[in-house]
Amino acid sequence: MQLRSWTPSRRETMGLGLTALLAAALAPRLVLATEEAVAAELKKLYGDKPMADGKIKLDLPEIAENGLVVPLNIDVESPMTDGDYVKAVHVFADGNPLPQVVTYRFTPQSGKAAASVRMRLAQTQNVVAVAEMSNGALYTAKAQVKVTIGGCGG
Amino acid sequence: MISRRDFVIAAMAAGMLASGARGAFAQAARAGKMTQDDILRFDPVGTLTILHTTDLHAQLEPIYFREPSVNIGVGEARGLPPHLVDEAFLAYYKIAAGGPDAYALTSLDFDTLAGTYGRMGGADRIATLIKAIRAARGEGNVLLLDGGDGLQGSWSSLQTKGEDMVRVFGALGLDAMVGHWEFTYGTARVQEIVEKAPFAFLAQNVRSMEWQEPVFEARKMFERGGSKIAVIGQAFPRTPISNPRWMIPDWEFGLREEDLQKQVDEARAAGAEVVVLLSHNGFDVDRKLAGRVKGIDVILTGHTHDALPAPVMVGSTLLIATGSHGKFISRLDLDVRDGKVAGFRYGLLPVFSDAIAPDPEMAALVKELRAPYAADLGRVVGQAGSLLYRRGNFNGTFDDMICQAMLTERDAEIALSPGFRWGGTLRSGDPITFEAIANATAITYPACYRNMMTGQQLKDVLEDVADNIFNADPYFQGGGDMVRVGGVGYAIDIGQPMGKRISDLTYLKTGQPLDASKTYAVAGWASVNQGVEGPPIWELVERYVAATRTVDIAPTASVKVSGA
Repeated sequence: MQLRSWTPSRRETMGLGLTALLAAALAPRLVLATEEAVAAELKKLYGDKPMADGKIKLDLPEIAENGLVVPLNIDVESPMTDGDYVKAVHVFADGNPLPQVVTYRFTPQSGKAAASVRMRLAQTQNVVAVAEMSNGALYTAKAQVKVTIGGCGG
Repeated sequence: MISRRDFVIAAMAAGMLASGARGAFAQAARAGKMTQDDILRFDPVGTLTILHTTDLHAQLEPIYFREPSVNIGVGEARGLPPHLVDEAFLAYYKIAAGGPDAYALTSLDFDTLAGTYGRMGGADRIATLIKAIRAARGEGNVLLLDGGDGLQGSWSSLQTKGEDMVRVFGALGLDAMVGHWEFTYGTARVQEIVEKAPFAFLAQNVRSMEWQEPVFEARKMFERGGSKIAVIGQAFPRTPISNPRWMIPDWEFGLREEDLQKQVDEARAAGAEVVVLLSHNGFDVDRKLAGRVKGIDVILTGHTHDALPAPVMVGSTLLIATGSHGKFISRLDLDVRDGKVAGFRYGLLPVFSDAIAPDPEMAALVKELRAPYAADLGRVVGQAGSLLYRRGNFNGTFDDMICQAMLTERDAEIALSPGFRWGGTLRSGDPITFEAIANATAITYPACYRNMMTGQQLKDVLEDVADNIFNADPYFQGGGDMVRVGGVGYAIDIGQPMGKRISDLTYLKTGQPLDASKTYAVAGWASVNQGVEGPPIWELVERYVAATRTVDIAPTASVKVSGA
């Protein structure tokens, strides 16, 4: 069994999709977060502590099929023992109105530090994950997801 | 696997590429002296032959299809096949201008050469070639695979939801296919085809939305020529973005590279001596993928309609590009030794309809399949006053005709037409039949809408579509060519990032810049939205052509391209 705690950053409103050509072009422009906003959130959590690349596997589509429900699978490499485990994983989206997507907290009893969720992405942007290990070390990973307003057949 | 020294370029058709005898080939074809034997001449290697068709777009009869004169490669694909056209293409492959290969593979002097060399393709001609190869190689030594977009693109396929082509593929003895436009017949129909068809429908990269379970068989093992061949299917990964998602609401696509690697590894573990990816990714995506997924011997590419007379090699993986609309079939002979591919020989066989005797059984089947629609198919609506073609990164004259039809028939200021790669070509002087119109418009979401858009919104749409084609990373590309526009002109700088490519939007009627905040009446078709209202596009085009009688359109000068 996998223990998960999570905090959805925003209520999903499952309305009409905006992925199509005209609908998206006609959608109102939102005030969107920036990379700086994500950096500010991280500073609140961890101050200026350095973060290393690695350990985190972010599985995201290169292009979202539906910006309203973009699947994210996250998997952090760890033995998950009492002496060495993943304490928390935070996910941010730097182009959403609110950058926080979800926070997972794990214990050694979680067995593995892996989780899946679907999130809403307002536009093409980076998804950033940060993992806090039990020894205090921080790891980060980033992936771009393209949210398109419409392709043309082929 | 395959080493470079085994790389043998078999010349197209008769293997005379280097001998300079292609002119004679042409004369022979017109004089009726040449038979399918010349096209079929092939020095066999090993005991296994793989035959590949792709992107037939349900063309039962021979047609004209002009290859693109603009096909821009970006990023690592810049200046490489398949992004070479016309003179550059001929120089790269050492093909003489004015001959049958130049006619089949480029747009140069198309109208004239089409008169000399005739239409290409046709299910009955393809059947003749396939039967002959099976007879020569032995029934149990040939694997026939189709790369998708076979069941859509004609009036009869639209009316029968692909059933006409299912029967043709069945009669050809197809072993397996993948999908893209097939999905626009909707979930239920695709499932019905998968259940009933006498061939496998493979796709490793489609999952059920809710449970992430595989929707289709991912791969199938075949035994041919004494070897075990694993064929893995890869459906067009961007189907729910490029085409209506609401028609397949429960299916999720994507590239799924890691899952593909697992499929390759499992196939090898199960004893596969040859691993083939039957792909509808598009060429540039497959080229990148070939460098990242290990252990694939052959990628049979599709989707981007490229016809290449020689394979492209990425490491030890062979990439084959068979063209579209039945103009070509690919023959790949593999020499399998000690459980792996030791050598190969490849030929891109041109399906010159005048040179190949129709297979009588297939000809009878095609006649039967078309009979219910004969009156519609044969209805002459008008005449082409100039070459009418579609394929190319930007506007083609056939699409300009469609845009003109929308501007006129829907009283719009601006028209948008999708950048589909499929649809035949008409020579100047050809009748414009309803069939020719349907060959460029026969889709399951044909409504022509009329909407109000600001100049800024139009620019946003153009920027978004441009990034789907010209993003430097092929994994971020999707869909077809650039959306075609009527009533406006623009400049595009390919090398810029998204949001900065499009400039100088001009309202052609007045010659004035398009006003970003002003609202314009825009007509378009093939919206991926559900519940779009408007008449089917083929009705508008038929009305427009009937009123115009002779459609004379020069290639547009109102799209200015730079940065390529």
